[in-house]
Amino acid sequence: MNTLTVLDLLGLNCKSNKDLKLSVVAGRKGLAREIGTSYVNRPGLALSGFFDQFAHDRIQIFGRGELAYLKQLSREQCIDSLEKLFRYPIPCCIITSEYDDDSAIIEIGEKHNIPILKTELNSSDFALRIITVLGDYFAPSEIIHATLIEVFGIGVLLQGDSGIGKSETALELITRGHRMIADDAVKLYALSGEILMGTGANEVTRHHLEVRGLGILNVNHLFGVGAIREKKQIQLIIHLEEWAPQKNYDRFGAQDITKTYLGIDTPFIELPVKSGRNIPILVEIAAMNERLKKLGYNAAREFNENMLEWLENKRTRDLYFKNEDQF
Amino acid sequence: MVVRNVVVLNRAGIHARPATMIVDTANRFKSKIFLKKDDLQINARSIMIILTLGATYKTPLQIITEGEDEEAAADAMTALFDSKFETHE
Repeated sequence: MNTLTVLDLLGLNCKSNKDLKLSVVAGRKGLAREIGTSYVNRPGLALSGFFDQFAHDRIQIFGRGELAYLKQLSREQCIDSLEKLFRYPIPCCIITSEYDDDSAIIEIGEKHNIPILKTELNSSDFALRIITVLGDYFAPSEIIHATLIEVFGIGVLLQGDSGIGKSETALELITRGHRMIADDAVKLYALSGEILMGTGANEVTRHHLEVRGLGILNVNHLFGVGAIREKKQIQLIIHLEEWAPQKNYDRFGAQDITKTYLGIDTPFIELPVKSGRNIPILVEIAAMNERLKKLGYNAAREFNENMLEWLENKRTRDLYFKNEDQF
Repeated sequence: MVVRNVVVLNRAGIHARPATMIVDTANRFKSKIFLKKDDLQINARSIMIILTLGATYKTPLQIITEGEDEEAAADAMTALFDSKFETHE
C-alpha cells in the first residue's frame, strides 16, 4: 500500500477540477505525518466530547459548523476540547471556512505538531475533490510492460514481447491521428473496482517512444499536444505475438474473451503478427469494432443470427416445394 | 530460475546509458531477464521501463533470469552492475 504524507499531499500536482488550493497555516513540524485512507471526517461529535468510533486516521475537516461550535465556547473550553481531539494521532486538519488568526486551533496545532491547513474551497467542494484525489492515489495499481494508445476514443493496451513492434505500431497510430498515453511502462490503476485506468508510470519517461534505429522520440514535441493524453480508461487489450502456425486464432469473433487486471475484466484479442498484416490498421479496426459492440451491435453475433434464420427459411421452403412436387 | 542480488554502484544511478547497456546485454541471451526493485518486477529488455525503476546510487536490485541460458545471463548482468556500467573499449 502506498503511503502519503501531508507534505506529499501538498506537493501533488492536481489540476483544474482537482486543485485542492491548500496552504499551511500551522504545525509545519508535523508535515511528515502519514495519511492512511482516502476518507475524510467532520470532527463535530468529537469536539463535543463524543469519541466512540472517532475516525482519527482520517483527514479532519473543520467547516463552518465546527468553527461556529468552537467560537461559542470560552477559550478554556475550546482549548480543552481541541486538546482532547489532538491526543489522537490525526494526520492533519483542514479548515474550509473563515477563521480568526488567533483561534485556539492554530495554537494547539502548533503545540502538538499537527499540521493545520486551509483551503479556499468550501467544505462540500473540498470533500468531493479530496476523496477523488486520494481515491486515485490509493487505488490498487500495477506497472506492466505494454503500450497504451487511444484509438477512435477507445483506450487500447498493446502487449507483446520486446521487439514484436508495439512502439512501431504506436508510432504509426500516432501519425494516423490517434493519441498516445504511455509506451513501454504503463501504470494500471482501478477506480472503484470497476474502471481500469492506465497512465504513464513515470513523469519523466511519459510520452516518449523508444524505436529501434531512431532512439528516443518525444511525441509531445514531434506531433504536438493533440497527439498525447495523460490517462485513459482501458477498454480493449490486444496481445501481439509471432504467428504460430499450429495455434488456433479466433476466426469468428463471437466469443467474448477477456483478460483480468486488478480484478477488472477487459475484452482481449490475440493478434498474430506476420508479414502482409498491417498491424496499426488491424488495431484501428479492432477499436472501431469494439465501439460497435459497445453501441450494441455485434457483427459476429448478428451474422450468425441471420445465417440461422436463412437456414431455417430455406428448410421450410425446401419442405414446402418438396411436398408440392409430390402432388 | 536464477536470482542474484546486486547494488547500483555508479554515482549517477541507472540513467539512459546504463539502461541501454542493460538492454544490450539482455538481448544477447535467450532467457527471460527481469529486474526487481522492492515489489516491482520489470522486463530488462525495455529501456523505458528500466528508467521507470528510478534506481539511484546504492539501490539494491534483484536480477531474475529464467530460461535455457539463465546462468550465463545472470553472470553477465551481475558483471555489468559490478563494472559500474563503465565501457571497456
